[in-house]
Amino acid sequence: MRLLIAFALVIGLAGIAYLMGRARAGRMVAAAGAGIGAVHSRPVYHGAYVAVLALTPALLVLAGWGIAGERVIEAQVLGSLPAAERPATPNDAQALMNEVRGLVRQDLPQAFNPLAPKLTPVYEAASSNGDLLAGALAVALLAMGGLWGLSRLRPDFRARNRVESQVRILLLLASAVAILTTFGIVLSLIFESLRFFQMVSPVEFLTGLQWSPQTAIRADQVGSTGAFGAVPLFWGTIFIGAIIAMAVAIPLGLMSAIYLTQYAQPRLRRWLKPILELLAGVPTVVYGFFAALTVAPLVRSLALALGMTDASSDSALAAGLVMGVMIIPFVSSMADDSLAAVPRAMRDGSLAMGATMSETVKKVLVPAALPGIIGGVLLAVSRAIGETMIVVMAAGLAANLTANPFDSVTTVTTQIVALLTGDQEFDSAKTLSAFALGLVLFVMTLILNIYALAVVKRYREAYE
Amino acid sequence: MNTAAGSPVPKMTARNVNVFYGQKQAIKDVSIDVSREHVTAFIGPSGCGKSTFLRCLNRMNDTVDGARVEGRIELDGQDIYASVMDVVQLRARVGMVFQKPNPFPKSIYENVAYGPRLHGLARSRADMDEIVESALRRAGLWDEVKDRLGESGTAMSGGQQQRLCIARAIAVDPEVILMDEPCSALDPIATARIEELIDELRGRYAIVIVTHNMQQAARVSQKTAFFHLGTLVEYDDTSAIFTNPKATRTKDYITGRYG
Repeated sequence: MRLLIAFALVIGLAGIAYLMGRARAGRMVAAAGAGIGAVHSRPVYHGAYVAVLALTPALLVLAGWGIAGERVIEAQVLGSLPAAERPATPNDAQALMNEVRGLVRQDLPQAFNPLAPKLTPVYEAASSNGDLLAGALAVALLAMGGLWGLSRLRPDFRARNRVESQVRILLLLASAVAILTTFGIVLSLIFESLRFFQMVSPVEFLTGLQWSPQTAIRADQVGSTGAFGAVPLFWGTIFIGAIIAMAVAIPLGLMSAIYLTQYAQPRLRRWLKPILELLAGVPTVVYGFFAALTVAPLVRSLALALGMTDASSDSALAAGLVMGVMIIPFVSSMADDSLAAVPRAMRDGSLAMGATMSETVKKVLVPAALPGIIGGVLLAVSRAIGETMIVVMAAGLAANLTANPFDSVTTVTTQIVALLTGDQEFDSAKTLSAFALGLVLFVMTLILNIYALAVVKRYREAYE
Repeated sequence: MNTAAGSPVPKMTARNVNVFYGQKQAIKDVSIDVSREHVTAFIGPSGCGKSTFLRCLNRMNDTVDGARVEGRIELDGQDIYASVMDVVQLRARVGMVFQKPNPFPKSIYENVAYGPRLHGLARSRADMDEIVESALRRAGLWDEVKDRLGESGTAMSGGQQQRLCIARAIAVDPEVILMDEPCSALDPIATARIEELIDELRGRYAIVIVTHNMQQAARVSQKTAFFHLGTLVEYDDTSAIFTNPKATRTKDYITGRYG
């Protein structure tokens, strides 16, 4: 709360710095007279320059205190205890600190540790001192930065160029956040996976045919020691996402793209294309219960009608069919783009030879657009194998290595969800295997995406 | 069956043709005859409707949304806009070469074989080889490509690509070939090669060529039609148009007053 006030104060003061800079530059303009070049930059740039110089160090101080402040306070609070009373382990120290914080925030009626009430005033003092110190430091830096900035303003000072490069840095930081986050995700996946691979060999993980991650919690418990052969999971993922779903999405997506680009009247196309693309906006959980509640029973009755007595209600087919429908827009919009990018001269050339529209599509347009279409399909596959909700709801949990689409299979994403929901311990192979699965899935989709984008790019160059 | 000296039987006749793109009228009341004996050139400033009119002759305007053609156009006395006329057969009989060379992204061989395959003109592989060879020979391309028929048609030079497109058009042995500014994307040497080719093809096919280039019209054609603002201003022997134009607009155009 105090930090928030300090933050608001700093922003307000920076606003004043802006106004001061602008006013000073305004006086320079008045003195130098109008005319381009009399004062290098317009007053707003002078103001912005001063505001940035004032704001940046102050915000850094506040952000630094916000991130590291709690640690400093903790050290002070624990340091105030005589050595004999200090908690023995880091865990105990954490528990004690949590109680102290609870008492301070008044959401803990009573502490178990008798030390906690004693430490509450220490905590409050340390916290308010720290906030005050950080706030004062921020304001002081702000004043210094602002004054220094003001002192640099001259008619020939290139404030516009400075502000321009400050803006560039800001934009760079904004894009760095997304990239750094991705790196962070990859690193955390890798570290947790490494811990997993210390317990289970990568060779067993990548080539084993048996997946049953249950491990005994107590030594005397009856139960498996766990088998971490991920091949059935990857097979299930590919079976549903790359085979069944694609068998639905490629023909339907391609044909609808052909219809929309070549046959449909422009007015119809204006209506149909957005509606088709709307499919991509349906939440996957909606597809999920459509798969589980509508399609799966139909598939099961079909299986029974075909004479399979043990037909499962979770079938690869149900999940794959619905997933195929879900990714039709991905395939069709990429195919649409690449068909539309084939030069009209190509189509006219074929029609002028006396080819019908469908001959033209089959013999000229689709071959010419093929790289783009393949790129779209690969992106769709990568989307399908990473898809979670539909398979969680409709594909089942049994890790079968089967090519029978009426059987239940499971996918990588389904298993990750199963492994990480509910209570887990983060030192067991069962939990950590989720990270290894995630890592392999990530690598798979990454490779697919890179390859697909390369294919699409090469194609784009061909017609420019 | 010549009715009078110097006026051969027309291959295609157009009578009172009007073309509309939506509300806009692009061609106004054009009547013209095209014969097999002559190369006919359509000249005129940009936007005068000469390409639009050309595209009526094989119904390529059908592929343009909102285009509407009125009047009567006949091929050997048959109305090409009649419901009994099959547009696929019409286009097999009236071939077209476009402004920009547009070979398909296939091999040279497959480009030429495209039309014959569509229309089932070859009974065997040997038949097809023969059709492809003779079309490439007639287009003057055979000696340059006979050792690389499997290479992509799009990898050749612009002039070669345009001759490949001509070979592709004549491979189905059409009766009429429409050329829409076939040299405008080519350098002078490639242009001269195409012009020679047009001269060689004359008599075998009725050729109609749209061109921006008046010297080209003078070089390759025997009949010239001058279009302006969607109307046919003057249609006469090429020599008459260029030496003794009757209409002032024609005279102004060929003397470079505008266009």
